[in-house]
Amino acid sequence: MRERKAQVWGLLAPTLFLMFAIGVVPVIYILYLSAFKYNVFSRVGMVYTGFNNFRKLVFDTDFLKSLRLGLTFVVLCCGIELPLGLLIANLLTLEFRGKGLFRTIMTLPLAMAPITIGSMWVLLMNPDIGPIPFYLRKLGIEYNIGVNPTQAFFTTVLVDIWHWTPFVVLTFMAGLSALPKQPYEAALVDGANRWQVFRYITVPLLKPVILTTLFIRIMDTFRVFDEVWMLTSGGPGTATRYVSIHLVRLVLQSMEYGYSSAMSLFLLYLTIVMCWLLMTFISSSQEAT
Amino acid sequence: MQRKTLRLVLVYLVCILIAAFTLFPIYWMFVVSARTKLEVFSGPKLIQTSFYAFNYYRPFFRDIYGRYLVNSLIIASGNTLLVVSLAVLATYAFSRFRVPGSSNLFFWTITNRMAPPAVFIVPFFLIFTRLGLRDTRIGMILLYCIFNLPFAIWLLKGMIDSIPRELDEAAYIDGCSLFGVLWNVILPLAKPGIMTTAILTWIFAWNEYLFAAILTSVNARTITTGLAEFVTVIGTNWGEMAAVSVVCLIPAVVFIGIAQRHIIAGLTFGAVKD
Repeated sequence: MRERKAQVWGLLAPTLFLMFAIGVVPVIYILYLSAFKYNVFSRVGMVYTGFNNFRKLVFDTDFLKSLRLGLTFVVLCCGIELPLGLLIANLLTLEFRGKGLFRTIMTLPLAMAPITIGSMWVLLMNPDIGPIPFYLRKLGIEYNIGVNPTQAFFTTVLVDIWHWTPFVVLTFMAGLSALPKQPYEAALVDGANRWQVFRYITVPLLKPVILTTLFIRIMDTFRVFDEVWMLTSGGPGTATRYVSIHLVRLVLQSMEYGYSSAMSLFLLYLTIVMCWLLMTFISSSQEAT
Repeated sequence: MQRKTLRLVLVYLVCILIAAFTLFPIYWMFVVSARTKLEVFSGPKLIQTSFYAFNYYRPFFRDIYGRYLVNSLIIASGNTLLVVSLAVLATYAFSRFRVPGSSNLFFWTITNRMAPPAVFIVPFFLIFTRLGLRDTRIGMILLYCIFNLPFAIWLLKGMIDSIPRELDEAAYIDGCSLFGVLWNVILPLAKPGIMTTAILTWIFAWNEYLFAAILTSVNARTITTGLAEFVTVIGTNWGEMAAVSVVCLIPAVVFIGIAQRHIIAGLTFGAVKD
């Protein structure tokens, strides 16, 4: 039996070692770096500053602004994608020819590289060659995401909707097909109308799926990077400078490794807290039903 | 009867609308990739009849994109091989034996996957520079395990859990060792699951951008990073950019063709089963 135990650890050892090396060591390193003022270009090298980086972080208006912008993006994207996805999925509950094809088409955006999605929308939105600015100009609307902050912001929202609404639709379609039939038959006997059926039967029954999807979407929109980077690089000005973009630009432009580490650590902490809160919320609401 | 027909018409209408909205940007990418510079700038015509293949030829055979493509293939395939072999071993242990902490496996997977990758660029940049792993393929292969390995273990766990334990026991009685059971019983039965895991791992490694952009410069640069290099100060060659984007898209389309249903299950975190 003892021999067996050693073998089991032998199975796990490579994975544990690798995940420690690339998953745990960097976090410890961030923790360490965040206590230093460390700029590659400065001659002094690393200077211990204690909690100064975190003190700076709390009062950093640029960072707080990017955080607020990122959260606005999260709320807006999730607020549009989930109801829209639910509506579409609910419409598609009945069987029809071509449903398989429709699902295949919906899978495409999910498997595409986000950076390709970015370049694809650049081709559509570029003021020189894109069809969208071209036709909007004919309608008398000047559309340029390189200049107009509001347009840039809502364009990133649109791209996110294009990218992720299919995901919501697919999960909800699967969730709906797994629901029991009896409540619907009972409602039909009672003479409930479509809206009542949707509001009082479908939504409560689908609640676990809705919450899980919401959870995944919140975390994904919060860390959005590739598409926005390709499309606007955070500009014009700071209009689309969401947290990830802000952090990367800070690292690339200022080379302030100590301060960037403090920011990274804070974002990591925020991610873990958000994950934990949302998962606790989901499991508690599942127990309640 | 009347109402049902009406509903079906409505459903088809919505489906066509959504499909058009989803496919149009992809279609447009193809169209631009088939155009000469002159055609690209002479107004956005929606239909394209000619095909300008030079957009595909030049970046890959005259420019450096051929090498980027090879790098991407090597990194994605190497990472898949590493992740799948490690994940099979670890998942077997997690699934069949009491390993302390295995109940937190799901949370671990989730947080690893949900953390913004931007958070890790500073430590990885410094560590990789020190270890001489920066701008090497092996470095990227190891690095991509950070998000692929927990995901692969989590994905495989459900599949290996569903293989009845009685089969293990029978093999043990027949004198199989632990590795013998893994090789002769688990591997053949978990083959479809392993294939799905491999495909998804491959797609994620192929699609990754941020780490590759920060940690590679010349030797190990990947195709996604190359794609982002197109927008330059002296102007962008839109046709070629579209062509590289199309090439970037091909593997995803092929894999969807091979194993669509399983891929959906993985991409939606198991929310879509069947």
